Amino acid sequence: MPRYEPWSAPRAAGIIAEHTHLEGATLPILHALQETFGYVDEGAVPLIADALNLSRAEIHGCITFYHDFRAHPAGRHEVKLCRAEACQAMGSDRLHAEILSRLGTGWHGTTSDGNATVEPVYCLGLCANGPAALVDGEPIAHLTADALDAALSEARA
Amino acid sequence: MSVTITVPRDAVALGLGANRVARALFAGAERRGLDVAIVRTGSRGLFWLEPMVEVATPEGRIAYGPVTLADVDGLLDAGLTQGGDHPLRLGDPEKIPYLARQQRLTFHRCGVVDPVSVADYRAHGGYRGLEAALTLDAEGIVAAVRDSGLRGRGGAGFPAGIKWNTVMLAKAEQKYVVCNADEGDSGTFADRMMMEGDPFNLIEGMTIAAIAVGATRGYIYCRSEYPQAFATLKEAIANGVQAGVLGGDVMGSGKAFHLEVRLGAGAYICGEETSLLESLEGRRGIVRAKPPIPALKGFLGKPTLVNNVMTFTATPWILEHGAKAYADYGMGRSLGTLPIQLAGNVKHGGLIELAFGITLREVIEGYGGGTRSGRPVRAVQVGGPLGAYFPDHLLDTPLDYEAMAAKKGLVGHGGIVVFDDTVDMARQARFAFEFCATESCGKCTPCRIGATRGVETMDKVIAGVRTEANLKVVEDLCEVMTDGSLCAMGGLTPMPVMSAITHFPEDFRRAGDMPVAAE
Repeated sequence: MPRYEPWSAPRAAGIIAEHTHLEGATLPILHALQETFGYVDEGAVPLIADALNLSRAEIHGCITFYHDFRAHPAGRHEVKLCRAEACQAMGSDRLHAEILSRLGTGWHGTTSDGNATVEPVYCLGLCANGPAALVDGEPIAHLTADALDAALSEARA
Repeated sequence: MSVTITVPRDAVALGLGANRVARALFAGAERRGLDVAIVRTGSRGLFWLEPMVEVATPEGRIAYGPVTLADVDGLLDAGLTQGGDHPLRLGDPEKIPYLARQQRLTFHRCGVVDPVSVADYRAHGGYRGLEAALTLDAEGIVAAVRDSGLRGRGGAGFPAGIKWNTVMLAKAEQKYVVCNADEGDSGTFADRMMMEGDPFNLIEGMTIAAIAVGATRGYIYCRSEYPQAFATLKEAIANGVQAGVLGGDVMGSGKAFHLEVRLGAGAYICGEETSLLESLEGRRGIVRAKPPIPALKGFLGKPTLVNNVMTFTATPWILEHGAKAYADYGMGRSLGTLPIQLAGNVKHGGLIELAFGITLREVIEGYGGGTRSGRPVRAVQVGGPLGAYFPDHLLDTPLDYEAMAAKKGLVGHGGIVVFDDTVDMARQARFAFEFCATESCGKCTPCRIGATRGVETMDKVIAGVRTEANLKVVEDLCEVMTDGSLCAMGGLTPMPVMSAITHFPEDFRRAGDMPVAAE
């Protein structure tokens, strides 16, 4: 079953309308759109701008400013690997090189089978049990390349 | 009668398989005809023992840990439900020396209670601070916070009472209370633990603050790297509204406090309070120039009290026990307790809440038990990615805002990251610049350009290209960033860089010094 719905402007408009009553609704809207479609389609920019009475530039600026938001579809699963100091102290740099080579992709890249997109993050708050990762929001402590393989096969199943 | 077994749902415990353990415990107990109720709690913060399972026995709780899936059947066969003997049996968790030697004023419920239950929170002393606050007028509450000596726990250490007083005195139809839960510093997890393990402590603290400053609306800005904390907060807030401790009539006081949790979007800079407010308003997280200060013109231009999770969560205890009781902890102008987070390459990492004044060495050696790799400690970064790297000879520095500043370091949010002797400090200095370049909001030049130039120059140093001249350039860049940046991001990035250069000079001269480069 696909994890995300295909982009649909009417569906997006519906999601946007659910959030317009909020103070500072931009981020909640962008999160909701990305959760539904896996990314924020360019077609959403004028819809959000209209609904919030903001300029398109402001919405575009938000999408590009925040690391979380993607302007293009990504893999079915999202892998966030912590690159920050506490994980570095546990050898994360070497581990990441191994993981990226096994997946055959780089930072922000997607595996050729479209299964996973790898994003760097700076701290997951699992700093006493590093290296750490999140796979579709589920934490993995004491990360190894094998543990990530296992988590991704489990997610694929 | 059923036996209550608690299994943490803290992100660390989940990352070590706590959900599988909980399911297996339930299924295994059922197969054996044992009547058990499994409650999911936060973590006590003894992270090398996670998942730490506790059983309520007539003699009190008995802990077992670290419990893996493979241990579950053996534990049940050994009589876990009666607190039976087993190699993983830890006994009374509160007698484990790591925990027993702490001074848990803020974290005493974390890992003990069901985090989303108002009833459980109240059964463990919750809401006594708010009850006490409701007997005082606004000035009385602010005076208690001021007299406790509480300083902002986010890193800046600004006296909380002064901030609260400023917002209280501001005249406006609408004021806001905003919690900075964008805990982005590597090596810190106190906010996360609190939000996952005892969110009502935060909710109570924010409610006390709202009543004191006259705010009726509040937001918690939680980082997106903490999906479990976000979900727990949402559930706790909904339950709080249901129970009447949040909403239009807080605990029958006639005062309103509407609280909402918002998700950040992966920008470290949004931990800076003005950037956070921009983000909350729905814009890019660009730092605002101060003045005006947020206490007068904050969220949507209205007076806004912005405090860190740890600042808010200290206040229920202060209101319940009195300002003096809190101020009796600590040293100098750093009063109360600091939730220290011990992380990185360390055997016994975790949450250590202690009065200010304990030395770094006492924390690292007395609690940490050495490195996880078994190699000697070489460097310790204190206070997150903008904090200084300390060598061994500075480890006798006490954790105290002024004492740390005197050694050109900072307490920050209380995170300590331990590195063993395999660390290359020139790489760490380069990373400090790289992180700043990645996370800079781009508003001011010293930070935006300085960080990128810093990475390039460090690359030359690492390659041994005109090492001494380039180190001089790095020093110069650091001076400009320190003096000219708008906020702490650019202003403090020089701290890890310069401390690494000062205390570990040998790491910067490994490649020699080639007069002309093959650039």
